[in-house]
Amino acid sequence: MEKLLELDRLTKVFTLGSVISRVRITATDSVSFYIKPAEIFALAGESGCGKTTVARMILGFEEPTSGAIFYNGKKGTKNEKVWFTEGIQAIFQDPFGTFNPLRTVDRYFFETVQNYKLAGSKEEAIRLIDEKLRAVGLSYEEFSGKYPNEFSGGQLQRISIARALLTNPTLLIADEPVSMVDASLRMSIVNLFKKLKEELGVSVLYITHDLATAYYVSDRIAIMFRGNIVEMGPVEKVLMEPKHPYTKLLRESIPEADPNKRWDTVITLADTEYEEYLRAGCKFAGRCPDVMDRCKDEVPPDIYVDGVLVKCHKYAGE
Amino acid sequence: MNQTILRTEKLKAFYVLDVLGTRKVVKAVNEVDLEIRENEIYGIAGESGCGKTTLLKTLYAAIEPPLRLIGGKVYYRVNGEEVEVSSLSREEKRKLRWEYVSYVPQGSMSVLNPVIRLKETFRDFLDSHVSGKTKDEAFAIAREHIAALGLPQKILDAYPHQLSGGMRQRVTIALAALLKPRIIIADEPTTALDVVVQRGVVQLLKDIQQNLRNTIVLVTHDMGVQANIADRIGIMYAGKMVEEATTEGIFGDPLHPYTRYLINSLPRFGDKTTRESVPGSPPSLINLPSGCPFHPRCPYALEICKEQMPGFVKLDNNHKVACWLVGEGGNGKAS
Repeated sequence: MEKLLELDRLTKVFTLGSVISRVRITATDSVSFYIKPAEIFALAGESGCGKTTVARMILGFEEPTSGAIFYNGKKGTKNEKVWFTEGIQAIFQDPFGTFNPLRTVDRYFFETVQNYKLAGSKEEAIRLIDEKLRAVGLSYEEFSGKYPNEFSGGQLQRISIARALLTNPTLLIADEPVSMVDASLRMSIVNLFKKLKEELGVSVLYITHDLATAYYVSDRIAIMFRGNIVEMGPVEKVLMEPKHPYTKLLRESIPEADPNKRWDTVITLADTEYEEYLRAGCKFAGRCPDVMDRCKDEVPPDIYVDGVLVKCHKYAGE
Repeated sequence: MNQTILRTEKLKAFYVLDVLGTRKVVKAVNEVDLEIRENEIYGIAGESGCGKTTLLKTLYAAIEPPLRLIGGKVYYRVNGEEVEVSSLSREEKRKLRWEYVSYVPQGSMSVLNPVIRLKETFRDFLDSHVSGKTKDEAFAIAREHIAALGLPQKILDAYPHQLSGGMRQRVTIALAALLKPRIIIADEPTTALDVVVQRGVVQLLKDIQQNLRNTIVLVTHDMGVQANIADRIGIMYAGKMVEEATTEGIFGDPLHPYTRYLINSLPRFGDKTTRESVPGSPPSLINLPSGCPFHPRCPYALEICKEQMPGFVKLDNNHKVACWLVGEGGNGKAS
């Protein structure tokens, strides 16, 4: 099977506090997954589960404590950034924070063209920029010379996708691309990912906490909880027949736009994120409805059930 | 039917800005008529920048320049009598706040004083509204209140930064309910929270409403949350109310094309068919389109939509809608 990007047991440990009260937080604990060409892979979970740390390590902003990242079978290192960033481009959460409010947005495009030597003349550059903008439903005329405040959040997010497309990347890393965009305009971004996958064969690592759009757009999904991937597999299986108790809780907590399907059960919330990170054994043991004795001190193994990876003692020994 | 507790009449509140000598008027709340009843959760939904927060500010009578009340009135029903809010003095308004009507502002996770423990914050609130309580009595009231809402009592001894965002949000809501107000106005209380925490906040709001049998005015653009908690929903677009009905009415039989887009653009589990966003972008409130402000984005727009704003017409079942396609002069429902 062809793998475009592969993460091999990626671990990142952050140390907090001073010499006396040092705490080690494992932000990602042996995270392994791969992304195939022309595939949308969703990495989902609550804030503070380590999904952004994964993205930052892939993009080289953060050095992993251990483990490796392979892109097209080659190991990504700091020195070889150019081939790496040409193929992998990023889109960030806050479209208003992405662009400097005092610069016109087209300058970012010309800068990228220059950095990667994508065009020989200005006319050629404009043709390239216009082509990418048209792919996201905008055009060079309605965009050149304008400042970020002249666009809406949804438009800016599409502009940042167009900029990412300039280098003809094979993989987009999209970290919460729709969470700052109005619910009514979200679908325009998500539909765009679908279109890019189908028409240009671009793969997307879609990092989100919004399971509804993840279900809608992605092919495979990994659910992260406190640094671990607790469930991973085809999106239909993971979200329609969740196996891990945490995935079940997440799935039930999504408000459905149907007044006949209101929540009737009461839930318990985490004490603090920090306590859960330091927990030995399964990190979800404190809140799990099916908790067993061994969950509290034994780390659950990765078990394959029906083509889905589940990290839970419930499925062991079957 | 329950009595009306909060009512507005042709409410108009604009931001009047003076930018480099030119006057700019942002029509954030433009002729809004509302009737909110006792013992109900009234949801207000719409895209960002449609005037939801400004509407809440005017309802709470917290109007400060550059926001100005241009016209219309807000009435509260206090002890069986209707009071016009703008006629009240500063002192009278202050008395009503927190005891009669309280407000949970947007981003309220960061409104707590970071350098004092939460129990001191609770005492501050009690001190400024209920006189003659000793320190210990105030702490006891705070503890009882927190316990009744099912929150852990140890948080009273914590500083705000020690709590997660979701817990801080719930503490702010608990504070707003401390003096058992008849109306709680909450601005986007679930936005920027994770789904599980969001569910906890919805749970808390529902509990409070059931215990106090009061009114909650809830603003959120998340239609999923609205469906889960609201009794009635008003849809706002460009400073105007465009549709209002019971939650069942809005989701079961949406009449305004904008409401339909809002609901149909939501992805659902078990259904991967293509969903479309509302076309175009929200209009600028400084430079509104003529006639119905939705007409440039509306696929069903008629000639009259470009010229005249439709009235907010009441249909059967108290379903109200402002659209030329429905009722008044329209040719029945849009197909």
